[in-house]
Amino acid sequence: MIRLTIDYREVQARPGQTIMEAALAAGIEVPHLCHDPRLSPVGACRLCQVHVGGIDRAPVLACITQASEGMTVITESPELAARRKAILELLLSEHRVACTTCDADGGCVLQDLAYRYGADEWLYGAYQHGEPVALNYTSENRGIEYDAEKCVRCGRCVRFCDEVQMASAITFDGRGIAMKVNTAHGRPLHQSDCELCGGCIRVCPTGAMRERAAMGLGRAKDLAAVRTTCTYCGVGCQMDLQVNRRLNRIVRVTSAPGLPVNDGHLCVKGHFGFEFVNSPERLTDPLIREGDGFRTASWDEAIGLVGSRLRQIRDRGGPEALAFMSSCRCTNEENYLMQKLARAAASTNNVDQCATTCHAPTVAGLAAAFGSGAMTNSTREIRDCRVMFVIGCNATEAHPIVGLEMKRALRSGATLIVCDPRRTWLADHAHIFIQHRPGSDNMLINAMMSHIVGQGLYDRKFVAERCEDFDAFREGLGGYTVEKAARYCGVEPGLIRQAAELYARGAPSGIFYTLGITEHSCGTDNVKNLANLAMLCGQIGKPSSGINPLRGQNNVQGGCDMGAMPHRLPGYQDWKDPVSREKFQKAWGVKLPENSGGRVTHFIERAGNGEVKALYVMGEDPVMSEPNQTKVIAHLRKLDFLVCQEIFMSETARLAHVILPGACFAEKDGTFTCSERRVQRIRRAVAPPGRARPDWEILCSVSTAMGYPMNYPGPAEVFAELASLMPSYAGMNYARLEGDGLQWPCPTAEHPGTRFLHEGKFTRGKGLFHSIAFQPQKEEPDAEYPLILSTGRTLYHYNVGTMTRRMAVATQKQPRNFVEIHEDAAARYGIRDGQEVVVRSRRGRTTARAAVGRKVRPDTIWMPFHFVEESANALTIDAFDPVTATAEYKCCAARIEPSGPPEAASRQQPSR
Amino acid sequence: MPQAVAEKKLDLAPVARIVAARAPFTEGDAISALQDMQDAYGYLPRQALDELARLTGIPVAKLYGVATFYGQFFLQPHGKHTVRLCRGTACHVRSAPKILSAVSRHLGVGDGQTTEDMVFSLETVACLGTCFLSPVMLVDSQYFGQLTPDRAVKVLETIRGAGRPEGG
Repeated sequence: MIRLTIDYREVQARPGQTIMEAALAAGIEVPHLCHDPRLSPVGACRLCQVHVGGIDRAPVLACITQASEGMTVITESPELAARRKAILELLLSEHRVACTTCDADGGCVLQDLAYRYGADEWLYGAYQHGEPVALNYTSENRGIEYDAEKCVRCGRCVRFCDEVQMASAITFDGRGIAMKVNTAHGRPLHQSDCELCGGCIRVCPTGAMRERAAMGLGRAKDLAAVRTTCTYCGVGCQMDLQVNRRLNRIVRVTSAPGLPVNDGHLCVKGHFGFEFVNSPERLTDPLIREGDGFRTASWDEAIGLVGSRLRQIRDRGGPEALAFMSSCRCTNEENYLMQKLARAAASTNNVDQCATTCHAPTVAGLAAAFGSGAMTNSTREIRDCRVMFVIGCNATEAHPIVGLEMKRALRSGATLIVCDPRRTWLADHAHIFIQHRPGSDNMLINAMMSHIVGQGLYDRKFVAERCEDFDAFREGLGGYTVEKAARYCGVEPGLIRQAAELYARGAPSGIFYTLGITEHSCGTDNVKNLANLAMLCGQIGKPSSGINPLRGQNNVQGGCDMGAMPHRLPGYQDWKDPVSREKFQKAWGVKLPENSGGRVTHFIERAGNGEVKALYVMGEDPVMSEPNQTKVIAHLRKLDFLVCQEIFMSETARLAHVILPGACFAEKDGTFTCSERRVQRIRRAVAPPGRARPDWEILCSVSTAMGYPMNYPGPAEVFAELASLMPSYAGMNYARLEGDGLQWPCPTAEHPGTRFLHEGKFTRGKGLFHSIAFQPQKEEPDAEYPLILSTGRTLYHYNVGTMTRRMAVATQKQPRNFVEIHEDAAARYGIRDGQEVVVRSRRGRTTARAAVGRKVRPDTIWMPFHFVEESANALTIDAFDPVTATAEYKCCAARIEPSGPPEAASRQQPSR
Repeated sequence: MPQAVAEKKLDLAPVARIVAARAPFTEGDAISALQDMQDAYGYLPRQALDELARLTGIPVAKLYGVATFYGQFFLQPHGKHTVRLCRGTACHVRSAPKILSAVSRHLGVGDGQTTEDMVFSLETVACLGTCFLSPVMLVDSQYFGQLTPDRAVKVLETIRGAGRPEGG
């Protein structure tokens, strides 16, 4: 450490830190406009001038001068104040001082500094821009607005876009006083390389970059900040909802540098995705079916009806007649109560949630290999990976803030290996890109491992000391040569070898995967095989080294942790284990059910054959999210009783007998557990619309109406109960979760939480190798359906689109469904970019716009599943993983044909 | 915002040639590549910038930032010849305004404009650094000094008549 004095205080700095960084870390506020701790310093605004070695010395810039041993720094003096005043006056001459109507009023660095140094805004008059600056690259954008007259040209936004987001969509146009921020050629923002992350707004020190929709809804000083956790993907970003209490409305979203998961970064959904909260389409009253429609009902009537019908069906049909779909969108407390409702009030293990749709193979596969199924490292550790092995994972779109960490690792020299049938952003920037055939993952992984073993590159010590069943596993690799895999996967054998060697030698290497691995009929096998790869190379149980499934929903980790699954009690405790059973029976005062229960996919199946008579769905939309949509609807129609607890009239809710209006994440208190096992608070920012109620309250009322009373003063007490029953959460309570939250396992009240798993020892003791035989996909392409259809998520939308289809920014960027097709295939079928097409499979058809390019393989087409009116799940196959019943969303056979004239070109990013 | 240029299909072969000549292309090659592109097209067409970005992997916004920073680059169609009239102090006191007025009347365009036949673009500059030649005019890369309004016009007439490109 370096010691220096700043303003007569002794301060410590790390070697390489600047005076600015040392001062800010010590709480000494050196004035600045262009500095941001997450950006490289440029010394542009000149406000951070300080004296070094005495006030008679010529000032230096604190943000670009390195701290050194024994330095004496003075940050305020009459000379510095005079210089800063002069700089600010020059800036004000180029800045339209319109604080009276500016949304940034009270939150503007320029305003604060001008006040602090008494800068005169009239001293030099005001510069008039020669051309109308109101019309610019943001004029048509529905999210971001840029006002050049308020811009101080600090360049934070341009540097952020370039260095952190790596989108490089904006630049400085021109020079001198007329310089302004612009896209290339002044292209409208939503047609440029911009990813609409809102980073330019978050780093802007003035009111130059603002949210268009927030205009006039409150100045910075009118708003109250409510710290909460994002409700989109599973990364777990912390954000501040800026609420206008008078309007009961979220006006904008901000975040702060230094937060543990996201360091103040947000993606397009996190920044702009909360219009749905205030939507007039929100459900406001309980609804009861009447003929083909619904009538409004009181809570008493609706709860009474639900309670009595469920009781009736339970008493007549037994435990298999009822099923409960919990929700990864809801809180831990609500998931806990939902499985308690199922097990204690309805006496059934028929409780599940959407992890079955996505990461159930992760939970099953990693638990089999290691003893617990979760991301083993922390998001923050990604930046220190030297080799990133990314397979079936489009992090920059589906988990954008993890994507930013990966970009950061790339910038600091990490090697990136990407295996993906699609040419994603990461693939474009990879050192090794293996564009293998969808469904051929195990062929590829087996060949890599066979090469690693053949070359003697595996970690003998780790395998011998920490793992078991290695010999059988090694035997099983026999037939999987690199050449054979290369032929089947359709890639160069050299790439497979290089990838294997780089991964094995990385110090450290991390594996990252998502649904490209799990959403297959061999999903659990895929996960087990990645666990094999990590164990083989000893790349697990260390900082930045491990196996990292990125979870898709805000609380899918928590939903699993809470035991909202048929065969696990909260904390993954086995429902058959007598000790665990006794613990829960005692705590809940009931006898636990003994039926084996089913998964979401089984519920749908059994609704069809009459086994399941009542289904209670909370915050999920199986009609949209399950494969083979036509069949799902037919089956749900056969139910005697369908209850939906929802915030919108979803496609599933349309079929319900009773709809209970819930509260969204911004309207209630609770906790979410994100991918990196961090349990974080969400907090009530606004009141729910109409008579809508927090979901935990509704669940308690229903349980009470079913004859099993639940009474909790609030979510904190629910959390206390679940923590008392779950060893991995035992050390947590709401008081400890204030601040940065805690990462499980956290077994005692003193335990600091766990940054990475499996250090020294796996949860199950020894890591278990599984010999995995390659299984082809269930439906191979043939003459009639010659292409492989794969489905997935885009950056701009989320799941079934209930929230993001109501988001102006996303709908402007991506108004409707599209299908990516390779230019060679497109030529073969006579399809042009932007053209209307029909996509068919054996199960259905849907329409879309063709996006012709080189993003997918010539034998593959790809579609997102966010669009209700052009649903990809009309096509997907109901073939399932035998262990977890997760559907094979990632490959089925399909065909495509042109159906109409081209619209505007698709603007698929050109492949570089 | 630059005016939308009618986007007809542009021959992009010169961009590919310019990039290939600099392989492996780095960000440091961008300025000289832009100069060569301007020589090839007479200005920097939007499609050519996009193509340069596509071929080199340099974000188009960065190239656009460079192109708009330097006065030497034109983003709109430009006259075949660029006439730069000096209005520095030395030229000014030796009647540069009269020369501007004569040239402007002769060409029928003002400062910053291009003649309809796309032969001349007229610009004034703060100083050409050749005060000993004042009043001075730079046509493409050739200096014409100690001008009178008549001489300046005659120079332009000669150039238009000859259709000649570079001066010496």
